[in-house]
Amino acid sequence: MKIIAAMAVAGAATMLSPRVAAAEPSGPAVVRFALSNGLEVVVIPDRRTPVVTHMIWYRVGSADEEQGKSGIAHFLEHLMFKGTAKHPMGHFSRTLATLGGQENAFTSSDYTAYYQRVTSDHLEQVMAFEADRMTGLVLTDAVVLPERDVVLEERRMRTDSDPGAQLGEAVQAALFVNHPYGRPVIGWEHEIRALNRQEALAFYRRFYAPNNAILVIAGNVTADEVRKSAEKIYGTLPRNNSILARVRPQEPEPRANRRIVLSDIRVAQPGLTRSYLVPSYRSAKPGEAESIEVLAHVLGAGTLSRLYRALVMEKGIASSAGAWYGGTSYDLTRFALSVTPRPGVSLDDLELAVDGVIADVVANGITEADLARAKTKLVADTVYAWDDQFTLARMYGAALATGNTIEAVREWPDRIRAVTTDQVQAAARNWLEARRSVTGHLIKPPVSVEKRS
Amino acid sequence: MRFLALFLMSLTITSAAPHAAGKTNIERIVTPMGIEVWLVRETNLPMLSFEFAFLGGAAQDPAEKPGVASLVAGLLDEGAGSLDARTFHEQLEERAIGLSFGTGRDTFRGSLKTLSENRDKAFELLSLSLTAPRFDNGEIERVRAAMLAGLRRRSTNPPDIANDRWFARAFPGHPYGRSVHGTLESLPSITTDDMRTYVRRVLTRSNLKIAVVGAIDGPAIATLVDRTFGALPAKAELVPVADVTPQGLGTRETVELKVPQTVITYGGIGLKRDDPDFIPAFVLNHILGGGGFESRLFAEVREKRGLAYSVYSSLMPFHHAGLFIGGVSTRNDRVSEALEIITGEIKRIAVEGPTADEIDKAKRFLIGSYPLRFDTSSKIAASLLDMQVENLGIDYIDKRNALVEAVNAADVRRAASRFLSDMRLLTILVGEPKLAAARGTAE
Repeated sequence: MKIIAAMAVAGAATMLSPRVAAAEPSGPAVVRFALSNGLEVVVIPDRRTPVVTHMIWYRVGSADEEQGKSGIAHFLEHLMFKGTAKHPMGHFSRTLATLGGQENAFTSSDYTAYYQRVTSDHLEQVMAFEADRMTGLVLTDAVVLPERDVVLEERRMRTDSDPGAQLGEAVQAALFVNHPYGRPVIGWEHEIRALNRQEALAFYRRFYAPNNAILVIAGNVTADEVRKSAEKIYGTLPRNNSILARVRPQEPEPRANRRIVLSDIRVAQPGLTRSYLVPSYRSAKPGEAESIEVLAHVLGAGTLSRLYRALVMEKGIASSAGAWYGGTSYDLTRFALSVTPRPGVSLDDLELAVDGVIADVVANGITEADLARAKTKLVADTVYAWDDQFTLARMYGAALATGNTIEAVREWPDRIRAVTTDQVQAAARNWLEARRSVTGHLIKPPVSVEKRS
Repeated sequence: MRFLALFLMSLTITSAAPHAAGKTNIERIVTPMGIEVWLVRETNLPMLSFEFAFLGGAAQDPAEKPGVASLVAGLLDEGAGSLDARTFHEQLEERAIGLSFGTGRDTFRGSLKTLSENRDKAFELLSLSLTAPRFDNGEIERVRAAMLAGLRRRSTNPPDIANDRWFARAFPGHPYGRSVHGTLESLPSITTDDMRTYVRRVLTRSNLKIAVVGAIDGPAIATLVDRTFGALPAKAELVPVADVTPQGLGTRETVELKVPQTVITYGGIGLKRDDPDFIPAFVLNHILGGGGFESRLFAEVREKRGLAYSVYSSLMPFHHAGLFIGGVSTRNDRVSEALEIITGEIKRIAVEGPTADEIDKAKRFLIGSYPLRFDTSSKIAASLLDMQVENLGIDYIDKRNALVEAVNAADVRRAASRFLSDMRLLTILVGEPKLAAARGTAE
């Protein structure tokens, strides 16, 4: 039956997008189930290699932090490597290393995830460690305080030494007036400094539980094997019944077009950014997010995109131009543009030209050729992703952790194929409005009058 | 017919058995024109990963014009043959063909990714880009402008400054001392002739290495490779690059930049890839600063003292120099402390050697994690290409874990004596470091 379904999908694809149609058999046979304690499990078999990717995703990120405690979700991510009652500090990482395993973790506004990559014969051992630290974390000030310094160094590296990153942070804060997405994931420096062991543990106890997590396993496994192991190892963990649905303060209807200027002596190459407040895959009306996705591609992906053609090739006023859409988000999200001016071109002039490109798409829409190219690329990218179990695991994990479903991911190529030029034009008209936007200017301080003499 | 093919593909997806660890089956193919190709057949996905390299890289840039190879890499897909840049990109994008070029110091590389059904078109476009690049003036200026913007960004980016300065100080007058990306002065001076000369000298069949993974058989890939690369010049005209050791060891230089954290690149003599002690040195470096959460530097600098988010050491085996290079980023007022700990750890491991337990654990990690490098088609293709570029032999995947397993304490100590024991490092600091007064600095 699976094979017949695959053929039917491929048949439909052939008509719409002939050049990638044959690459559309079935993709990985993804299986989803839930344990009785609420842990959601996703299995993505890839039997080509002996390797398995084991990821646990918690439905908690920086947007779930209490006001004034920014950075606690990310800080806790660091602290999760500090040991448990059963496996004291270093035991997990040391054991994993002797198995030849790799590990890391990442935090976003909406989720915190931990992963290990090992050969599949070690999967149960890794599961046991990860299950243990879902409830067994032990923290002392002796390990918490140096780790807080590590996070401050991480912030210095990523943000405080980079004017472009600081502008990005300021734009984000301006775009989200009321929603906690306006805070940086790593946290504001003065609030990171004040984080402590008790707060980290309180956050941990509040959010880390099987019924607030998604287990994603990709690689050399079968769904049956994973089900048995997961029930045995994760199934005994207690559900936390006090975890509530995620309800964050929502954005008011934006009214004011905002402008942020960051001027810094270290800016050797000025830049222009523009962010619009737009719906995400979860918060959009059916088909709308897909239209925005195609719009981002047509406007700003590659050298054939509208922005690149107009600003870089035809007018010669920019050296690069791009756009992207952050659709994988629980609440509202960003549609962003980034343009680099050629020397001697003012950011104001560049901004006018950007506005012209957007106004043209709003007024005249996009061509069938634009649409076809975008669909080909977006659909082919999912086929290329089948080659990489780690990419697949991240794709499914992020989708589920931001309120989407396995079916939504699987059907995504079909929904992209269904987008029309009218829908893309409507997306541009509805969402790329000046009042929904924050424009960022990254500049070097103007030369003072005295120095000019 | 397409449906039948799909039907078979679905069956193979469910019935395919995993490759045994380290048992990737590589076929060596020599095309009718004499070009060697390493192939791993992977029939489960309808795509092809194709990676190739020309030995030479940016080290073949004219001495006074660094950046030629980089500019060539930026322009090969900007119009070729009868196709102008726009048409060329349209033909790539209409079929979702991924084509990219890039250069390092020792190799000029290309990468082609395509769905199987578009592979003839993909190779046709690749062939055009290599044999008939147009280098139209408008496209040159456009790509040059983007590269200049990138260089301006690099000019105030601390890790880029530290890295560029390290190589400039370590290799004065040698190609390795020049920036791979060119400079704000050199890029504007590069002409079409410079690029055409580079292409003719370096993009040839004699210095070409090719790896492919995908749903294709030997005869089919041989035909495509000959059609693609057959028209290239038979022989490269490479300027000899001298073997070299890093200069400036034992000196320290600060580049002042107003940032709250100092970025440090330190390094010295390492071992080349063909050195018989390379594998023991690799094990040693893993223990010192290569091994993620488990290394001594990570434990001492980050875990215990919270001095840095990023601290590491690595072996960088170039073709004409073996290097040991590390880095750390720490707040300006704790630079001396961080440097003391790092140099102290290097000294300690050089003098005492690692413990037997550390060696055992490092070997177990390196052996156990080897399959993780082969879990996607593109990673397999990249590994196959590296094996050829580094001249490791087609059976290297089968031998590699035994080579690691055979390393003993005496090997590691010998390796340490080859590159860590003299402890003279060239150190570049970028930021506003507050250094302990007693420390000597280079002027």
